[in-house]
Amino acid sequence: MSANAFRANTQPVGGFPTSKVLWSVVGWLVVFVFFFPVLWMWLEAFKTEPQAASSPPTILFVPTLAEFQEILSGDFPPFFINSAIASIGSTLLVLVLGLPAAYALAIRPVKRTQDVLFFFISTRFLPFAASLVPLYLLARDLHLLDNIFALALIYTTINLPLGVWLLRSFLLEIPHDLFEAARVDGASFATEILRIVVPLIAPGIAATSLICLIFSWNEFFYAVNFTSSTAATTPIFLVGFISGRDLFYAKLAAAATLASLPVLMAGWIAQKQLIRGLTMGAVK
Amino acid sequence: MISVAESGGARVKTAASAARRDAWLRRLPLLPAFLYVVLVTQIPFALTVYYSFFSWNLLKDDSFRFAGLDNYARLLTDESIRTAMLNTVVLTISVIAISVVLGLAVATLLNSEVFGKGLMRTLLIAPFLIMPTAGALIWKDTLLNPLFGLLPYLLTPFGLGRVDWVNQYPMASVVTVEVWRWTPFMMLIILAGLQSQNPEVLEAARVDGANAFQAFRRITLPLVRPFIELGALLGSLFVVQTFDSIFMLTHGGPGEDTTNLPFLLYIVAFQGYSIGQASAIGVVAVILTTIVATIGLRTMFSIFQVEARR
Repeated sequence: MSANAFRANTQPVGGFPTSKVLWSVVGWLVVFVFFFPVLWMWLEAFKTEPQAASSPPTILFVPTLAEFQEILSGDFPPFFINSAIASIGSTLLVLVLGLPAAYALAIRPVKRTQDVLFFFISTRFLPFAASLVPLYLLARDLHLLDNIFALALIYTTINLPLGVWLLRSFLLEIPHDLFEAARVDGASFATEILRIVVPLIAPGIAATSLICLIFSWNEFFYAVNFTSSTAATTPIFLVGFISGRDLFYAKLAAAATLASLPVLMAGWIAQKQLIRGLTMGAVK
Repeated sequence: MISVAESGGARVKTAASAARRDAWLRRLPLLPAFLYVVLVTQIPFALTVYYSFFSWNLLKDDSFRFAGLDNYARLLTDESIRTAMLNTVVLTISVIAISVVLGLAVATLLNSEVFGKGLMRTLLIAPFLIMPTAGALIWKDTLLNPLFGLLPYLLTPFGLGRVDWVNQYPMASVVTVEVWRWTPFMMLIILAGLQSQNPEVLEAARVDGANAFQAFRRITLPLVRPFIELGALLGSLFVVQTFDSIFMLTHGGPGEDTTNLPFLLYIVAFQGYSIGQASAIGVVAVILTTIVATIGLRTMFSIFQVEARR
């Protein structure tokens, strides 16, 4: 498939090499196939219910915001706000706990740094089966079931290992002399973190926040088991559509569009940070 | 510090305690995160192991009693758990294999001379970012639904018009949705590998008479191999835990055709309230994952760290 890399400048047609045109067509077809479900979701969201559930499918239609209005004026907003509290809360906690930890694993490393790092990451990939039942019982006994802050604490556990790895990979790139200079000047640990570390690894903090946001906003397993009504998050709102009997596709698509919007936007804006974040800093 | 230690007995002590203090000062910033993780993952896991030796139905008072290895014995004989394990393996392997191959193909396309690369990449990562519950619903109700879905309509001329995909081919449907979601992930990682390639090497191969396929197989593929392995490893650690799309698409069914380990755990713990049995499933899942993860992650990151140092 890298054939074009070789033929690139051989057969110019109308100013462009044929291979470039050919591979562009193939490429855009692939993009269309993968992007189509998203596009279709958006299209359905702007239809009326009869248009969304018609056969043959409605292709040409006058877009309407009616379904969005209905979703937003209905019981959707509390779910959305819960998702925001859980995601932002856990992201802040990951940064507060993760930044000092990453410092202790990068700048003035503790002994057995590798072991600590692998301990952290092993907890990220521990199946939720490992701790689900005791956490559920604990939450039940402490009356923390259906509590959004308890959910935020669980999301912190999920994201903290990734955060530590990711922040460490950014810290390793700061020239060591900077810290020596700060220490000679008598800077305290807090000053060192706030004045030197935070400004220098702003992209690292962005990457960490993005990954935390993606995983906690989209999280479903803990949300469905630990919340029921007051603390239920956006994915739980969507569960209500499984058992719907009537024509509800436009409403479903509008809800799905709104539910996916924050992560989609954040991911698109911070594309550069995405790979590095997903691979915990291994791939830049 | 060595010079201080050499100069006298009293100072040896001071040096030693200074070193200890320094070690603790270094550990101090690590402690909050470390303790938090231990508290929320390790202690509950210890409890999971403990519960796995007991029979306990949450809905029945006073049903908590020691059961020895009964829960584990049941795992060996129970049909459901074997089905769930098999489904987990089938789902994980097919999703990872297909999305790696597709991801490699798409990444190669994106790494070549095409129009609108940036926009292509942007649109391609959308399936990974869409909320999995939302994505699964869109697939189920607006694309695959036999009455109103778009796909059955498009396939009508081919005689496949009223196929109920999710019910007739449940596992294939779940795999399709998961491949749709994980291909962009693989593509991103493999593309990063392709972009680290020096174009002059390919040029030299061309001059030496290698054709495109040979150059791809002998030069490009070995170079991106660690990236493919990284993607496959990280991907499989996530796909093993697939829950959202199964919950939304098939709810584990029909029967137990798409029940994987996480979904079985959900059923046993939160529909059956069998705490002991659920804990035993948890312990087994941890052992299986740990084997894959420790071997895989160590190898993987040692490869990347060696490369970073160079």
